[in-house]
Amino acid sequence: MTAASSGSHPVRTEQDVVLARQQVRKLAVSSGLRLVDQTKLVTAASELARNTVIYGGGGDMDWEVVEEGIRKGVRLVFRDEGPGIPDMKLAMTDGWTSGGGLGLGLTGARRLVDEFSLESAPGNGTRVTICKWS
Amino acid sequence: MDRIPILRMGEFLLVTIQVDMHDQLALALQDDLSERISRTSARGVLLDISALDIVDSFIGRMISTISGLSKIMDAETVVVGMQPAVAITLVELGLTMPGVLTALDVERGMNLLRERVQTQ
Repeated sequence: MTAASSGSHPVRTEQDVVLARQQVRKLAVSSGLRLVDQTKLVTAASELARNTVIYGGGGDMDWEVVEEGIRKGVRLVFRDEGPGIPDMKLAMTDGWTSGGGLGLGLTGARRLVDEFSLESAPGNGTRVTICKWS
Repeated sequence: MDRIPILRMGEFLLVTIQVDMHDQLALALQDDLSERISRTSARGVLLDISALDIVDSFIGRMISTISGLSKIMDAETVVVGMQPAVAITLVELGLTMPGVLTALDVERGMNLLRERVQTQ
């Protein structure tokens, strides 16, 4: 797998969440994702970016347009230096939330993408990586 | 701060969301709408989301909340114009929005509102 282009986007405020969504939409279009897959990726990115702001105290979104043979994809990494997730299994349970949300952010985002990985430890921030292929 | 306009059409209120909403804007709409329902004694709200190219869990919750709060203020809410890709994504996300009335377009939405209000 090779990276065709890459960059980074701050995710610190609510307005950044909107801008990150718009950036992801552009990347999804340029990677040839069909409309439904674009929508799923942008929605997943919106959930994760909001988590970064609300629970992570702000962070960054690294993006990469990746190629593997004839297929293209978008890989996104949401990372923060926040308190981290003490119980990963609980965090990946539908309907569970430590804040005021619906508890669909992480689990919902995982269902919307092709690849999903979550790395977090208490006190060491959180890093969520997702990828969607065309 | 920006606000989403709420238009009055007889006994109904019409809201067309035409911008990519940040979370505070969505919350402000909830507040504005409840205040307008109370002030105008509106019987129904038509919420047009045809310009929204995503609905995530936050906006989904806003839609459910608007529907619920209008109901306890004796007004019905109909959500119209959801794009097919948005509908597919919402279901996969796990958001089914129980109790929220929907219609495909504004015209059907208005008809549904009129029916609901008449039969009460």
